[in-house]
Amino acid sequence: MSDVDTRPGAILKNNLWTSNPIFMQVLGICSALAVTNLLTNTAIMTIGVTFVTGFSNLTVSLLKKFMPRKVRMMVQTLIIAFYVIIVDIVLKAYLPEISRNLGPYVGLIITNCIIMGRAEAFAQSNDPIPSLWDGVTSGLGYMGVLMVIAVFRELLGFGTLFGFQILPDAFVPWTIMVMPPSAFFLLGIIIWVGKAAMNREGAPA
Amino acid sequence: MTPAITPFSLLFASIFTSNILLANFLGMCSFISISKDMKSSNGLGLAVTMVLTVTTAVNWLILQLLQTLGLVYLRYIVFIIVIAAVVQMLEMIIDRVSQTLYMNLGIFLPLITVNCAILGVSLFMEIRNYSFIQSVVYGLGSGLGWWLAIMALSAIRKKVEKAPVPPGLKGAGITMIIIGFMAMAFIGFGGMLQVQ
Repeated sequence: MSDVDTRPGAILKNNLWTSNPIFMQVLGICSALAVTNLLTNTAIMTIGVTFVTGFSNLTVSLLKKFMPRKVRMMVQTLIIAFYVIIVDIVLKAYLPEISRNLGPYVGLIITNCIIMGRAEAFAQSNDPIPSLWDGVTSGLGYMGVLMVIAVFRELLGFGTLFGFQILPDAFVPWTIMVMPPSAFFLLGIIIWVGKAAMNREGAPA
Repeated sequence: MTPAITPFSLLFASIFTSNILLANFLGMCSFISISKDMKSSNGLGLAVTMVLTVTTAVNWLILQLLQTLGLVYLRYIVFIIVIAAVVQMLEMIIDRVSQTLYMNLGIFLPLITVNCAILGVSLFMEIRNYSFIQSVVYGLGSGLGWWLAIMALSAIRKKVEKAPVPPGLKGAGITMIIIGFMAMAFIGFGGMLQVQ
């Protein structure tokens, strides 16, 4: 794709805002919404996703000349799985507590559509360094949205942020915020706000 | 180690109380993009159910092998390869058996490989130490639950298409909110049975 703007600034703006993986493309929410009930978990999870997206993009871009077109999906998946295993082992070794909380969701980074999507749409046809940058910024765009959801869920569901008490004891936690539906509602509202802001800017919705 | 739960309650639980989609957020990507159309939703639901049942069974057997060899850390790669292979086989079988279904599913079948629900069920099965029978039932139930959820959502979306929705909320936004309500409805089953 030669029409893609590969300047670092343009990629950054594109991935963080105009085609943010979550609220413009609604990709890759599968594996991560489940961990948004606590900020710490979300932060670790999205850092993992950013790492995997960045490096798998880099690797796919480096190997693109050697990959036969027919099996490239499989090769991409294996590259992604390789980085996910690294993340999993590192988490188990240094943050066993969080690794237990995240449970199967670390492994599910493999099937996160964003990673595959970026590898296919960007890394496959661009140079290694812009690809790395593209992967990292996509991960950051993803992180941004999920962190916002997590802030609301943890603050209203437990009255804490990163585990520290923020709201006074008199505050009655909203049980709904701990349960799955709230993640859907919040994501719906964030998509709404994001799209409305974009419509006002005049960008194509 | 193996949790004491009868296959029947596990089937019920995986369809309703801990629906793979509404409680564990798995398989969202294709769920949102396909649910626009009821016919494809039905086909995809069927395909997911088949793939889930088969892959969970195969992955359980392979997991035992990996455990005896002490290679459990390779499970992500192995699981994903098994899933890809099963999907490929299923694609060939459907191509032979029903041309219409193949035409309808053509684009979606490869997507199942990266459907989080499939890998997710295999990983849950590992973490919860299910026995073989429990794993198969859990895979089947999760698939049926996913099927039920996508059919319900696509039916609701058909109605919502005609409703006046604020422009920013159209499409993905309103869909997320509908899913939220569906998830709340399914939580209502939660009082009947809990699985961990």
